[in-house]
Amino acid sequence: MTTGIPATPTAPDRPNESALRRLRSSWNGLSRPQQWLWMIPVAAIIFVLPVLKIPLINTEPGYPFADTMFDCARFGLAAVGLNVVVGQAGLLDLGYVGFFAIGSYVAALFTSKDSLLHHIPYLWTLPAAMVITAFFGLVLGTPTLRLRGDYLAIVTLGFGEMVRLLGSLLPPLKGQVGLQEVGHPPGTNANGSAIFAAGNGTPWYWLTVVVIILVLFIVGNLERSRVGRAWVAIREDEDVAQMMGVATFKFKLWAFAMGAAIGGLSGALFAGQVGFVNNQGFDVPTSILFLAAVILGGSGNKVGVLLGAFVVVYVQHRFQSLAAYRYLIFGVVLIVLMIFRPQGLLGARQRLLAYGRQAYRRLIGRNEQLSSDSALTGSKGGQP
Amino acid sequence: MTEPHGPASPADPPVGPIGGAEGGIVAELAQMTEQERAERAADVAEVVAPDREIAVAVGDTLLELRDVTLRFGGLVALDSVSFGIRRGEILGLIGPNGAGKTTCFNVMTGVYRPTSGRVLLEDRPLGRRKRHQITRLGIARTFQNIRLFGEMTALENVVVGADARHQTSVPGAIVRSPRHQREEREAVERASALLEFVGIADRAADKARNLPYGYQRRLEIARALATEPKLLCLDEPAAGFNPAEKEDLMGLIRKIRDDGYTVLLIEHDMRLVMNVTDRIVVLEFGKKIAEGSPLEVRADPAVIAAYLGVSDDGAA
Repeated sequence: MTTGIPATPTAPDRPNESALRRLRSSWNGLSRPQQWLWMIPVAAIIFVLPVLKIPLINTEPGYPFADTMFDCARFGLAAVGLNVVVGQAGLLDLGYVGFFAIGSYVAALFTSKDSLLHHIPYLWTLPAAMVITAFFGLVLGTPTLRLRGDYLAIVTLGFGEMVRLLGSLLPPLKGQVGLQEVGHPPGTNANGSAIFAAGNGTPWYWLTVVVIILVLFIVGNLERSRVGRAWVAIREDEDVAQMMGVATFKFKLWAFAMGAAIGGLSGALFAGQVGFVNNQGFDVPTSILFLAAVILGGSGNKVGVLLGAFVVVYVQHRFQSLAAYRYLIFGVVLIVLMIFRPQGLLGARQRLLAYGRQAYRRLIGRNEQLSSDSALTGSKGGQP
Repeated sequence: MTEPHGPASPADPPVGPIGGAEGGIVAELAQMTEQERAERAADVAEVVAPDREIAVAVGDTLLELRDVTLRFGGLVALDSVSFGIRRGEILGLIGPNGAGKTTCFNVMTGVYRPTSGRVLLEDRPLGRRKRHQITRLGIARTFQNIRLFGEMTALENVVVGADARHQTSVPGAIVRSPRHQREEREAVERASALLEFVGIADRAADKARNLPYGYQRRLEIARALATEPKLLCLDEPAAGFNPAEKEDLMGLIRKIRDDGYTVLLIEHDMRLVMNVTDRIVVLEFGKKIAEGSPLEVRADPAVIAAYLGVSDDGAA
């Protein structure tokens, strides 16, 4: 029971352990309140980043830094949602941008001057976007979740394209002209201009980070419950999960609906920040970039996918001269990563029991084995 | 003046505080005396024992196969097989390779639906129920080729089994409802007891895929028991075990039965089957050729001809 970060409860006697791994095992040894305490300064740094504009990190003059950070955040939010579907439940979804697009259109249709729908305050469109995209997730999932693996991937790919094409075909969505003047949250600066004006990155970034923290709470609670265990069990072996009494179809639907809702939320924030929505940018490559963020950061690791999203977006904006080659670069990076670190930057890491810490401590006096990569170098060698 | 630490008798084990000590229960167990250990085991068995709401008669038929036939195209995998499993017994299901033992399991657990005939659990036909519903009705199984959730810890694997008895909704899990907290606490407690019961609590925190082979076999049993089954089906649980490990496993299977479960056991090792089972059903080419006590089956000419008599076959 130590109260500082330097303690290494699981492996004090491994001198060749890398610093990162030691840091991680100390982190895992902390109690939850201690972890939250440590998260406060980290969150504070994340919040002030767009204001600080640290020289080497700054993306200006090529691209407004605050916009870069907002892009990272909304991409991260979508990645957290996709991680529920792909990383936790193991359902390969190649049409995730479809949900993102639906969320954007929901926000626009309820607030834009070009829409004939009844208008509601912008902030109300966030829950509305979640509910409506979750509904679309159920509509897509109900017939298709009987499929597995590659088949599911192909059907979801088709769904993403359908949404994109409907954006062009349905008259109320106004195709490439799009819906202008999407709403924004209330509040004005001293000089009377709106705080959340379209294109103003910093406040939107802050809003999105707050949303991400809330979503991480929800997803974290789900992970440490029968829901998270069902998802991981389905990912590991769906047949066995079902034979152990897990209602697999129901939980797969929930994974789809949760993922869709979070994707839709990200889309609604995107619509608000950009200020207009048209049929551009909801294409297959964007879906693949979402997936790249998840796989790059570490499929099945909430923090990992945020890191992955940051890398995917930030690199594009920071090195604009390379923008034309971005897919080539990502392709090469992903291939190299899959060779040397197939689990992604951080690797899957899950706690699936709400009271696991206490149980492990009571049984064996130490914490559980968390990440899969530390298993490879674990101290328990020489197994048959 | 007395010595602060008198010479303790060497037989006296150092007694630590019970519960929550450094090193946990597993470390304490290692320091307990024989009697303390037995008491602890009895406590654990009490937690593990099935929760019987109504008094049931031992010996009535728990599960019954009635003229079950299963065809895959032209292949008859099971040919009107009928037998019953009585409550509280250990029934052995034996037969040469390809006789249809595992297929029989798969019909009982809903993996396959019989072409004709019926499977009844407590006189109710399983019908067209889904697999997870059959598990909730009270049939749990292990797998011939171990199929654990490799990326989960041993304890988490067992708690997945407990899911069959959980009621928490998804919104309830998000807001950590009282029911969610109660179910989580109970599940972890029961799962810990189950790991101790099957004897692998010392590796509770390890990922299943990193466990030694014998531990994985036992973990499968613990996970199946977590679903609170009325009938536990073990598919060759001793495959790949050495004689000493087989001896331990026989002890565990008896312990499971004595704790109130009914056990169906598929096994190749004849010595194990003869020693541990109360009755045996013999299959050959999808047909039941004999049924009875181990002694009767061993003396049955049809069984000897099909299985035991052929020296090349029996040695496997």
